[in-house]
Amino acid sequence: MLHIKCPHCGMRSQNEFSYGGDATVKRPELGKEISDQDWDNFVYNRKSLRGKHWELWQHLSGCRQWIKVQRDTATHEIFKTLKANEEIS
Amino acid sequence: MQKYSVFSLVKNALSNHENWDLAWKDPTPKKEYDVVIIGGGGHGLATAYYLAKEHNITNVAIIEKGWIGGGNVGRNTTIIRSNYMHDDNALFSEFGMDLWRKMSQDLNYNVMFSPRGIINLAHSDAQMNTYARRGNSMRLNGIDAVLLNREEVREIIPMADFSENVRFPIFGGLMQPSAGTARHDAVAWGYARQADDMGVDIIQNCEVIGFDVSAGKINGVRTSRGDIKAKKIGLCVAGSTNILAEKLNMTLPIETHLLQACVSEPVKPVLDKVVTFGAGHFYISQSDKGEMVMGGDLDGYNSYAQRGNLPTLQHVLTEGIAMMPFLSKLKMLRTWGGIMDMSMDGSPIIDKTHIEGLYLNCGWCYGGFKATPASGWTFAHTIAQDRVHELNAGYSLNRFNTGHLLDEKGLGTKTWIS
Repeated sequence: MLHIKCPHCGMRSQNEFSYGGDATVKRPELGKEISDQDWDNFVYNRKSLRGKHWELWQHLSGCRQWIKVQRDTATHEIFKTLKANEEIS
Repeated sequence: MQKYSVFSLVKNALSNHENWDLAWKDPTPKKEYDVVIIGGGGHGLATAYYLAKEHNITNVAIIEKGWIGGGNVGRNTTIIRSNYMHDDNALFSEFGMDLWRKMSQDLNYNVMFSPRGIINLAHSDAQMNTYARRGNSMRLNGIDAVLLNREEVREIIPMADFSENVRFPIFGGLMQPSAGTARHDAVAWGYARQADDMGVDIIQNCEVIGFDVSAGKINGVRTSRGDIKAKKIGLCVAGSTNILAEKLNMTLPIETHLLQACVSEPVKPVLDKVVTFGAGHFYISQSDKGEMVMGGDLDGYNSYAQRGNLPTLQHVLTEGIAMMPFLSKLKMLRTWGGIMDMSMDGSPIIDKTHIEGLYLNCGWCYGGFKATPASGWTFAHTIAQDRVHELNAGYSLNRFNTGHLLDEKGLGTKTWIS
């Protein structure tokens, strides 16, 4: 069981959250000419590496806010959590 | 190589089984090979075997970081089937079914293929309609499919919950009678033994550190046991695909996730089919030892842990008990996990890449084991001929770019959508 510290509610168990994938993926800017490759990268292509991974979770059974979590994909250690509007540093 | 037979068994019994040949050698890597296959799992071993057998390419090395059969080929729930609706998946898998039927003779190794049949349960009228459609598609592609009503299902699996007041009543099911199971370790060992006999070097405990790529061409691979040159390299590394892709500066439509399986204590024979729950993700069969072999959903977040998390296991087994209540009386013997190369549309990739001489085999999601022979056969063809076979033409890497997705279930990595 993971324990995730929601920046709004504090430490909660994994059962309250749902997963939203890689948090570093950025949607191509609106109104700009983008290539098929850019779109491909946004929709499908992922690094998904072993080690530290920034990812989105939603506190679905809590405050319902989306948050960013930095977790190790091999050990599941959680290093940091941020509100959705906070930049990954 | 000694042929395995009842006669060789008797003969070796007379000498206390002390004079059997080694099933495969432990060679030191050579400086150069015609083809290097990275990954000594089922798919890699099968690829090397078919390279030697079908294409007479025997100067081949298989490089494996751990030991052969230690990854997903030894961690799956051994289910073999071809109950797909889309042509690309159906024809590929049915081709594989033929290879499965001949495998024990072909490899001179008993893989204990047991075509006991698989039943996908339906829990609503709408689901029965969907299954009828899938069954019809299967039959048009020459695959056996039988639509069962509630009573017919009850006759085959009376231990399932057929009471009136359940959340997901059983309306019927779709059965593929020719589907089944096989002994997964034997598949790896059988392919390894034959490949080795034809001259393939199986190099274990050899980790890939990097690649030698210049001017868009692959020249070799750097490993923990030295540099190895090769004009053609095939990647067959399942859950480690993203890690090796990073070393090649490639970003793939693949995420690495963890899938769990478990077995109960062994019990007397009770279930002679593979059965899947239709209102969630749970599947079950009974092994020859009597253990109930079960599996279900991904843990749900990117993972390389190779061991599972309890909330998912609890969720999966809740579905199991809803389907077959007697399971609640069984003790759990073992649980384990494997890391899956989840593709974005749920279908695999067997293709060439933008790097000349580099071939990709990944994205097997939940269905890698049953694809072992067909994957090896088509991947060997793709490598040997430097072009895809019509059987794996649909499994192209650029389908995500062009929009020709093979979304059999519309799931991929995003299981939370279902």
